Order: sequence, then structure tokens, then C-alpha cells
Amino acid sequence: MIKLHGINKSFKVARRTAGIGQAVKALFAREHTIVEALHNISFDISPGEIVGYIGPNGAGKSTTIKVMSGILVPDSGSCRILGYTPWQDRTEYVRNIGVVFGQRTQLWWDVPVIDSFGLLRDIYNIPPVVYRENLALLTESLALGDILQTPVRQLSLGQRMRCEIAASLLHNPKILFLDEPTIGLDASSKIAVRQFIKTINKERGVTVILTTHDMNDIEALADRILMIGKGTLLYDGSLAHLRSRFGSNRIITLDYREHAKPIEIEGTNCLSWSPERAVYSVDIDTVPVASIIAKLSEQIELLDIGIETTPMEELILELYKEHQI
Amino acid sequence: MYLYLKYVAILFKSQTQYRLSFWLLAIGQALTPLTVFAGLYFMFAQFGQVKGWSFYEAALCYAIVGLSFALAETFARGFDMFSTLVASGDFDRLLVRPRSTVLQVLGSRFEFARLGRMLQSLIILLWSLNKLPLTLTAPKLLTLILMIVCGTLIFAGIFIATASFSFWTIQGLEVANVFTDGGREMAKYPLSIYEKWVAVFFTYIIPLGCVNYLPLLYILGRTDGHEILYMLSPLAGIVFIIPCLLLWKIGVRHYCSTGS
Repeated sequence: MIKLHGINKSFKVARRTAGIGQAVKALFAREHTIVEALHNISFDISPGEIVGYIGPNGAGKSTTIKVMSGILVPDSGSCRILGYTPWQDRTEYVRNIGVVFGQRTQLWWDVPVIDSFGLLRDIYNIPPVVYRENLALLTESLALGDILQTPVRQLSLGQRMRCEIAASLLHNPKILFLDEPTIGLDASSKIAVRQFIKTINKERGVTVILTTHDMNDIEALADRILMIGKGTLLYDGSLAHLRSRFGSNRIITLDYREHAKPIEIEGTNCLSWSPERAVYSVDIDTVPVASIIAKLSEQIELLDIGIETTPMEELILELYKEHQI
Repeated sequence: MYLYLKYVAILFKSQTQYRLSFWLLAIGQALTPLTVFAGLYFMFAQFGQVKGWSFYEAALCYAIVGLSFALAETFARGFDMFSTLVASGDFDRLLVRPRSTVLQVLGSRFEFARLGRMLQSLIILLWSLNKLPLTLTAPKLLTLILMIVCGTLIFAGIFIATASFSFWTIQGLEVANVFTDGGREMAKYPLSIYEKWVAVFFTYIIPLGCVNYLPLLYILGRTDGHEILYMLSPLAGIVFIIPCLLLWKIGVRHYCSTGS
């Protein structure tokens, strides 16, 4: 359904150092550097997938989303989505997609949310019956009932994001692009948003592509991740598979009622110890977590257990090393 | 068209959220150009006429340009303020909607407060028509309407062309005000009082003279034959806006968004 092949995009960026003198100089002659935002990006996405698009700041996530949503024209490469080339068949194509920019509102700031929805209905030419049905459904599942009459500027971030997502789904898009949909949201709003994304994917078969920095979003939602770094696609596959590529080490932190001496467990490496807390490093391929806990609870009274996997950021750094960038 | 009215309705709702500011702006907008008009009045009071143009003839000229400019500023304000839309990256939002960018930019802003300015020009227009010794026949009335409409198109065209440049410069181009504000001030007087090169520039490059001075000669009965040409000269405004829209199209393809 989505086919990107060999997409390249570079930007010309004015280079300039600090200081008034330099600023004055820049008025007359400027040095430019070419920043390669996307380098030979290719991937396919099938209908009904939820794809997490991840990578550090400035890696090219948003640029890719912008190319896919018809905002930017790439320098070279081809992109076919639903049979359209986004930047060429823009008006026809965008009828079929919904886009949410987490950092930007698509609603009219000073008027009640419902008025924005009404204008979107006219912009997309949504038939009245469809509009009414969708509005009712979205109002219910995103709990918008109380805030539809409120001007957007008075909404909290979490409320606003729920409205943004609703606004992008009024016209029954086949593909939903979410650019950092959970940015700045509190825990309960994040969970609500994730839950909803999952629901529309399951029930309406909407293909979802989301960028995020929150690995919990990815873990909760994405069947597949695309990882990008410095404009190059570094990884395409499942999160579990990515983890397994970089070892099965876990850090287990234990809190327990006072215990006089350290406990040795076969196959683990004790990183630190105190009478109330111990930290072990363990390879779960050789020693299952369950057996460790079973052994420990025979000897001590456990209060709390924490198991950490290698943080995503470290995995990304590993991938950088692997690709030598 | 229906959608445009919807845009206007929602913007009206937004602007009336700040009621006091709205009224003060409208009154201010209506009064400011009046000082310029007072200047015109006192000048003619002093000299009687300028290069064979009487006060009421000049006032008619002034009113027509004023009206065109006010109309363009009211409706095409989105283009006038377009650089802010590019700088903030909010133009992204327009591109993901299934409508032409021109319509959406037109619908992104609407200056209701400029209606005050429009009203002021309209009053002067009616007043000078009333005082001038001419009968407004159907073709003359038609020419008058054509002048106002095509004048609006020219100013809108300048706004659009300027806006197109902000795809490359991000910042707005203040230099364009030479053509908008400058053109407006210039065209408020009959073209014949200026140096030749000024007249040529504003006839063939930015054809404000075609929508103002030339048809005005016809309305005032000063032409020597070829009346139909004078009547139809405002159509140059339509010719002018075409390359502006073309430039816009090229600009959109060069758009390179900002931020994440």
C-alpha cells in the first residue's frame, strides 16, 4: 500500500557562527551547507499495519512523514501510496489520509472545537450521515462530550490532542500519520491515546504510522519498527527481534527485608549489594527470570523486583556503530 | 465559494472573540486614510486643479483605488501575511487538506476591520460621482465596477507574488510594499501628472494605470475615440494575476517546511 523507493532529500542550511560581526557579514554573503535529511530511504508498508518510526532528534523522521503526506517534494526517488504520488496528486491523495502533528494544532484556535470539526466537514466534503456517525463515535471513544463547545485555546494539552486525533479521523482516512502524538501528555492521556489508536487500527483497519520518542508507545502499539538515524534507514523489523540482536541481558534490581549476606545465584553476576537491595545482571537465555525469582524467594522476603532491558537509546547507539555513522 | 464563506464565518467568530480590539481597529482603519484624503482636498483647495484635473475627478480616482486596495486587503490578507504562515511551518497543515492552496490561504485570514476602510472609500466614491457633471450610463457603470474588481485583482496579484517569494526567503519581503502601498498612493492621482517612466511602469508592468487612469478617461468623457479600448483596459488586471498565480505554484513545490 505504501511503497517508498530510494527517497533522497537534502536541505540547504545557512551556516553562521555567533556574534554581531558574523550576523552583519551574513547579511551580505552566506555560507551554506547541504544537510542530507534523507538518504536512500526505501520501505513497504501493508494495509492494517501499525508501524513505529523511531530515531533520535533530527534523524529525518518528520521529513519522511512530510514526504509521505505530500508536504515536501523529495530530490529523487519514488513514493507510491494508495496508487498516488503524494506531492503530485496532492489534493486527491490527502483525502485518504489523516495527519496529526503533535507540536502543531490543526484546529482553529479561538473557536469551539465543534466549529473546527464543522469546517473540516466542509473541507473534506464529508457526507452528513458519515459525519454524524463519526462524530458520535469519536466523541464517545475519546470522551470529547464535555469539551466540544470549548474554544481550543482553553483546552489542556491532553484534551487538545484527543481533539486533534478526532479531527484527523472525521473523513475516514485509510492511513493515519501521527507525528509524536503523545508528546507532553501525562500518563493517563498517553494510555487513552494509545488505546484509541489500537482500537481504530483493529476495528477500522486504519494503517498507522507513528513517530515517537516514547518507547512505551512503540511497545504498546507497533508490530513493526523502522529505525532511522542521520537520514539512513538502520533497521526494519519487530522490536523483539531488534532486542534479540543485541543480546538478552537484563538488569534485575531486588528490594527485600534485611538480609545479612549476599546471595549467590548460578549464572548471574552480582553488580551491587546492600542488606536491603541487590542488583544482578543476567542473560535470560541461559537463566530464566522465573527460576531466579524462585530461588531468591526461598531465602529472602522479596519486596520489589525491577527488570530492565537494554534501553532503546543504547540499541540505537549500537546500530550507529554497526553502520559506522 | 461556499467553503470560502465557511472560512470567513469561522474567522469572523474568532475575531469577534476580542470585541473591543475589533471595534477600535475598525474605527482606526476608517480614519487613517482620511488624513491622506484631507491632504488631497487641501491641495486642490490651494491650486484649484492639477494638470487639468479637478478635485472631484481626482477624488473619484482616489476612491476607486482606495476601494480596490481595501477589498484586496480584506480578502487576500492571507497572502499579505503569508510569510508568518511559512515561518511557523503552519503551511504544512494546509498542504494535507484536499483543497487548493490558494483557496486555503485566502481563507486563512480575513480582515473584517478593513471594512471600515472600504466604507470610507465608498462614501468618497458616491460623493464625487454626485458632484461630477456626468451621467452614469449602463456601460459607464459597468466600467466602474470592472475597474474596482480588476484593481482588486492587481493588488491581490502583488500580494500573491510577494507571498510566493517567502517560499525561498522564509521572511516576508518588505520591499514589496513599494508596489502595494506605493502603487496605491501613486494610483490615487491620475497617471498623467507623473513622469513618463512612472506612467509606463504602472501601465505595462503593474497595470494599475489600466484599471484606473485609462478607464477613468472614458467615464469622464475625455477619450478621443477608441472608447471600447478604454472601457476594457481594466481586463489587464486579469492578465496580471495569471503569472502571479504561476509563481505561486512554483513556490509551493519549493516549500521546505520548518521544524519537526
